[in-house]
Amino acid sequence: MAATTLAPAEQYNFDIVKKFAVMALVWAVVGMSVGVYIASELAWPFLNFDSPYISFGRLRPVHTGAVIFGFGGSALFATSYYVVQRTCQARLISDGMASFTFWGWQSVIVLAALSYVSGYSQGREYAEMEWPIDILIEVVWVAYLIVYVGTIMRRKQPHIYVANWFYLSFILATALLHTFNNLAVPVDLFSMKSYSLFSGTQDAMTQWWYGHNAVGFFLTAAFLGMMYYFVPKQAGRPIYSYRLSIVHFWALGFMYMWVGAHHLHWTALPDWTSTLAATFSILLLMPSWGGMINGIMTLSGAWDKLRTDPVMRFMIVALSFYGMSTFEGPMMSLKEVNALSHYTDWTVGHVHSGALGWVAMISFGSLYHMIPRLWDTRLYSARLVEVHFWLATIGILLYIIAMWISGITQGLMWRATDEFGNLQYSFVESVAAMIPFYIMRAVGGAFFLTGTVVMVYNIYMTIRQAGQEEAALEAKLAAKMANAGA
Amino acid sequence: MEWLDWFSRPENTKPLALLIFFVTFVGIVLYVYGSKKRSKRLESYKDIPFQDDAPDNKD
Repeated sequence: MAATTLAPAEQYNFDIVKKFAVMALVWAVVGMSVGVYIASELAWPFLNFDSPYISFGRLRPVHTGAVIFGFGGSALFATSYYVVQRTCQARLISDGMASFTFWGWQSVIVLAALSYVSGYSQGREYAEMEWPIDILIEVVWVAYLIVYVGTIMRRKQPHIYVANWFYLSFILATALLHTFNNLAVPVDLFSMKSYSLFSGTQDAMTQWWYGHNAVGFFLTAAFLGMMYYFVPKQAGRPIYSYRLSIVHFWALGFMYMWVGAHHLHWTALPDWTSTLAATFSILLLMPSWGGMINGIMTLSGAWDKLRTDPVMRFMIVALSFYGMSTFEGPMMSLKEVNALSHYTDWTVGHVHSGALGWVAMISFGSLYHMIPRLWDTRLYSARLVEVHFWLATIGILLYIIAMWISGITQGLMWRATDEFGNLQYSFVESVAAMIPFYIMRAVGGAFFLTGTVVMVYNIYMTIRQAGQEEAALEAKLAAKMANAGA
Repeated sequence: MEWLDWFSRPENTKPLALLIFFVTFVGIVLYVYGSKKRSKRLESYKDIPFQDDAPDNKD
């Protein structure tokens, strides 16, 4: 077991971690602001202002791209570079390549957003980027893989800590998913448009194999890597069961790959395929809950931290939402439930209970833990963390409750028939019935966004405080030197 | 190469896949929980995140 002689800031490349951490917060504010705006467009359609550039259809992928790849992706780059260095006790193999992943990834997010508002989209959910951007992602991702694996290979620690397994599975699976889902032939060299290699049902199946595994590996496995490092660190005690984490890893990694087709129930997809996907979705409940229990039980014997430590509260509430949404997901994958829930707002609520409740909350908790350590200081205000926590929690609850009511109402209205067997409601009647819930959702989103702005202020002041502390220390040293010289 | 045809029939490959995956899963569980000595070693890895604790812990 290696002992470190240098201070972490000198031994490791923290500069790249700082850059990604700051950009994670920038993209959080941008992505969530766009989210609140498009939620408001649904509640008050005049906000489209008859402009195609800010219409819901174009801004929606800007929102998903900025929050998933901008905020989530940058948070993952930051924490994975931090965790791999600290648990392997080795510096990243190449500062230059790490820097390339930073500039490359930020360019991807900006270019994607610009292309969406200009009307360029592949029309594949969470993979709307056109082929030139896809190629840039591919190059950045390979560089990321090389930096990550190279750092693991030069580790001073004989064992590879389980958080790195989760991060590595995320990097490998994302490479696989991105490559195959984006196989396409460009219309010509100077055209943004391309034709997919797949068509019809195969195309849909490839897309949802990608789509659900983006959830499984990008939004779950990777953030579990975050959880396996930052929950024990913040709690000051090791993970509840390391052996359970091993079973969790293999079971989760194996089962997620099969479940994508549950997005295509009651379609042209062969029935057995979607049944298989639903079966694996149900089985997936076990590793998901195993991981959740492992995380929460880490606090066993120190439950008081939930009361006293707001950062810990972010992490444990994140795990609770993880447990809730991984119960809701398998339930919605059942064909009978899906017949009601699919194409309704229930799905949107489900995604957000995972994305806001799990992904964002565990990221906030981890960033609150990591950022003061990166800048070698304390958090500016624990009180503001508390304020952020409550704003975020109230926001999520408003959001998902609105979408549950809205989604189930939609599903019931669409299937309601009169005594002659005719549909009882026209589609537009179901849209009109949604308006109160769309307002409630926009308010929930605004709460969540406000919490994030509070966090950004807190982090800004933390970093500023670190600069002031450093300046004061330097002044003290200079004064001491001057006194010694006199 | 006719033996490859056997794999093209779902009635063959489905139970085969089930067998492979089930045996692998049981193998992993046995590996993880099957020996006291190994369990102790595996559990010792949970301390890795605390092994490079430098005086960076201001909170």
